[in-house]
Amino acid sequence: MLSLILILIAAAFFTGIIIRVKSIASGRKGPGIFQPLKDVARLFKKGVVYSETTSFIFQIAPTIYFSSVVMAMLVVPFGQSKGIVSFNGDFIFFAYVLALGKFFSIISAMDTGSSFEGMGASREALYSMFAEPAFFILMGSLAMLTGHTSFQEMFAALHIGSYISYALAILGTFVLMMVAMVENSRMPIDDPKTHLELTMVHEVMILDNSGFDLGLILTAGYLKFALYGALVVNLFIGVFQYQYSIPMFFVIQFVLASGVGLIESFMARFRMNHNAQFIFVLTSVSLLIFFGVLLILGKFA
Amino acid sequence: MNLIKVFLALPVLVILLIPFLQVKGKGLVLLAAIVLNTLLSGYLAIQSLSGQFLEFAFPGSLITGPVNIRIDALSGWFILIINFVFITGGLYGLFYMKTYQKQKNNLSLHSIAFILLHTALVSLCVIQNSIVFLIAWEIMALSAFLLVIFEHEKMATLTSGINYLIQSHVSIVFLMIGFIWIAIQTGSYDFSALTTYTTTHPGAAGLFLFLSFFIAFAIKAGFVPFHTWLPYAHPAAPAHISGIMSGVIIKIGIFGIFRMITLIKVDFYTVGLIILTFSVISGLYGVMLAIVQHNLKKLLAYHSIENIGIIGMGIGIGCIGMGTGNNLLATLGFAGALLHTLNHALFKSLLFFTAGNVYQATHTLHIEHLGGLIKKMPQTAWLFLVAAIAISGIPPFNGFISEFFIYSGFYNWMKDGLVGPLMTIIFSVLALVLIGGLAMLCFTKAFGIVFLGNARQKFHHEVKEVPFMQLLPLYLIAFLIVFIGVFPQFFLNVLVQPVNLLAGISVSTGMPFQDQIADTLQPVTWGIWIFILIIAATFLVRKLVVRNRKVAVEPTWGCGYVAATEKQQYTAGSFVRSYSKLFRPILMTSKTEKEVHGIFPAGGSYETHIYDRIEKFLIDNPIAAYKSLLGRFLFLQNGRLQFYILYGIIFITSVICVPYFYSQIVLFLEFIKQI
Repeated sequence: MLSLILILIAAAFFTGIIIRVKSIASGRKGPGIFQPLKDVARLFKKGVVYSETTSFIFQIAPTIYFSSVVMAMLVVPFGQSKGIVSFNGDFIFFAYVLALGKFFSIISAMDTGSSFEGMGASREALYSMFAEPAFFILMGSLAMLTGHTSFQEMFAALHIGSYISYALAILGTFVLMMVAMVENSRMPIDDPKTHLELTMVHEVMILDNSGFDLGLILTAGYLKFALYGALVVNLFIGVFQYQYSIPMFFVIQFVLASGVGLIESFMARFRMNHNAQFIFVLTSVSLLIFFGVLLILGKFA
Repeated sequence: MNLIKVFLALPVLVILLIPFLQVKGKGLVLLAAIVLNTLLSGYLAIQSLSGQFLEFAFPGSLITGPVNIRIDALSGWFILIINFVFITGGLYGLFYMKTYQKQKNNLSLHSIAFILLHTALVSLCVIQNSIVFLIAWEIMALSAFLLVIFEHEKMATLTSGINYLIQSHVSIVFLMIGFIWIAIQTGSYDFSALTTYTTTHPGAAGLFLFLSFFIAFAIKAGFVPFHTWLPYAHPAAPAHISGIMSGVIIKIGIFGIFRMITLIKVDFYTVGLIILTFSVISGLYGVMLAIVQHNLKKLLAYHSIENIGIIGMGIGIGCIGMGTGNNLLATLGFAGALLHTLNHALFKSLLFFTAGNVYQATHTLHIEHLGGLIKKMPQTAWLFLVAAIAISGIPPFNGFISEFFIYSGFYNWMKDGLVGPLMTIIFSVLALVLIGGLAMLCFTKAFGIVFLGNARQKFHHEVKEVPFMQLLPLYLIAFLIVFIGVFPQFFLNVLVQPVNLLAGISVSTGMPFQDQIADTLQPVTWGIWIFILIIAATFLVRKLVVRNRKVAVEPTWGCGYVAATEKQQYTAGSFVRSYSKLFRPILMTSKTEKEVHGIFPAGGSYETHIYDRIEKFLIDNPIAAYKSLLGRFLFLQNGRLQFYILYGIIFITSVICVPYFYSQIVLFLEFIKQI
């Protein structure tokens, strides 16, 4: 329950912070921190335009996409406190529930019959396929390290004791953050502010969405960011009391958001045809974590 | 006992009756017989699933010895799967075959083969005598061949059918090697001889025996590299037969592997690792090739290979659990495998039946020629979508439940592993995750290109939805897919007996299945229910909010270009282009390209063909080598009668002379020895 509230609060700020950091870095005044929320609120009030090619798939897809993110949010714990749904192997459920949302967002893009959106759908399907192994191996390593298979028990039992485990936590943060970038279609993978349809991934998939549906998709994006941020936080706060861990949650989320903003200000997007290889490299990094865990557990001896 | 006699007599009666009936009567009598036989065998199967194993002994004949029939929980589970797929398939086929009403004799043969196949498959699940088993196996293979080549006037259908026929006989060769070996060693044709022989001869003998059976059943099940018949036979058959083939015929191979696990006592750890290796390769290779297929049914056929891989992973984990004495692991693996067998039978038959609907409506299965069917055939599209999500293993449908078991098995095995097993686990998990992701890529492609967007080709006939009665069996399957996904507990209770039988767990040692696994799955079910609730709630909110909003319908955003034609839509080839570029070393693509040149270009073309690399190296190349070897003896067959008479004379003379010369040679040898 606690995690749900915290994620909701973080989601309200996260994207705003990214935009603010980007505007400061480029020397602009920029919009206020709540601008993304205002955008969504405005969209919720608007009517909709449907493409004449689309079918009901296009109309139900945003709802299912949004619901899948909300469901995934319920699974994420906060340190010692469980998520609303928590069981052995819940991280499998987490990944597969998100997959349902992705499935629908992909087919809804294809429903418009536009070649731009087909291109985006193709890229999204490929990239998310490559990002998933990294997540599963990371979670598998944590499961092996702690001997548990649910999010909450794993994170609660995660003591950062030795130098190796610090290194592992940092690598884990890197993997989770990069997975979050892939899932949210942010900078090194995809440029959300690009103006050319040919170079977009996520933005081009939702070209034809409007009104309430577009609002749902944007909200889901904000929630997803905070969701992965919360997973990263969980790597560190296992043993702390709430009076320390809750501030830590916000500090880490803030650092992540401004980090994303800075990366987006000072980096260019990868070449599209190198993206897949790059994402697959994440799997090797997570394998590195796996070997690190083997080292800690003394399995090589 | 009497029930079994009725079960066998009924098909014989129907076979005699069918040729004399009208076309309509053929179908109805056939369906009635299948339903009756289903009820008979289902009654016995349900008894066995509640823990009451039935045994019958028939006196048999001089050759076979006594024939034992044993209906245990494992047979029961498979009989129920076979029956369900046959009833839905038969009902669907009744309507699907209406187009072929004029081919009366062909339909008679088809119906006869259909009921023979059902009888043979159910019998295979219960027979305990190796000779009778082989006979039933042969009936199954031949009747399936007849069903596949229904459209035998097409050359491609005939070649694929013959391909299947040959490969299924290779499988019989391996079966015979195993059975003959046992018969020589023990002098008994009963299956129990397998157990007695392997318990008295532990070690390599049992392992080789198991491998011989495994290869035989793997050919039937379609494990890579024994899969090459499968992508040809499935598309060639009529839709209801494709569904039955993929749903149950290849599952009889899985059944065979399960049966051997209960019979043969070997080092299950090694066996588990071998099965796991084959399965990981099958799963990955199957889905990798499925993505690039452009024929809808061929795509589905490659997916069968992938799913056999997933089932195999479950079996592998189960065996490893047995080998290491980890009961929880064994139950998780076997439960996952058994449940996925049922699940795959459901969603794959549904996919093939909907593909059949598409074929009926458009007369083509080429994905690139289709598009926008969701507006013409909304019900078929819905059903295909349900099956597509289920096969990708995504909640809230049934595929997720069985894959969840297999994942849990892997993570459970992790707890007591050393470096070697841990590496196996991590790469298997990697494979399973990749399979899931690739399956999603594949089915978003299939669904998106076939059903969404605009039609890519104008058809000269009206494209319309099939009649409701034809959709009825499909709804039944879809209902079960959702039911298993949302209330898995019910099916897990049914699974208790087969799993305990496989893992060799008796009541006294405590059954992890009932005690622990059912409990672990309860929260998963809650999670799925909450998920459905959230979706429903979001829909409700959306509906309330947008109730009074303005809805406009406009053309798709074309980036300023307003004259887009349906030819400019994204195609299946382009959807998977970046994928196929990445996986080029594994795929075998041949390209023919004619570029456009000059100011007034004369028209270009671009064609790609995908071929199976394993098929080329394992089937085509050896056959080519063999052919060139035999080609050297071509001069013998020169078409002149005189020469053939000469060969006959040479043969007869040598037959007469060999015994004579043999004694001479023996004499000569003895003479040398004396020196």
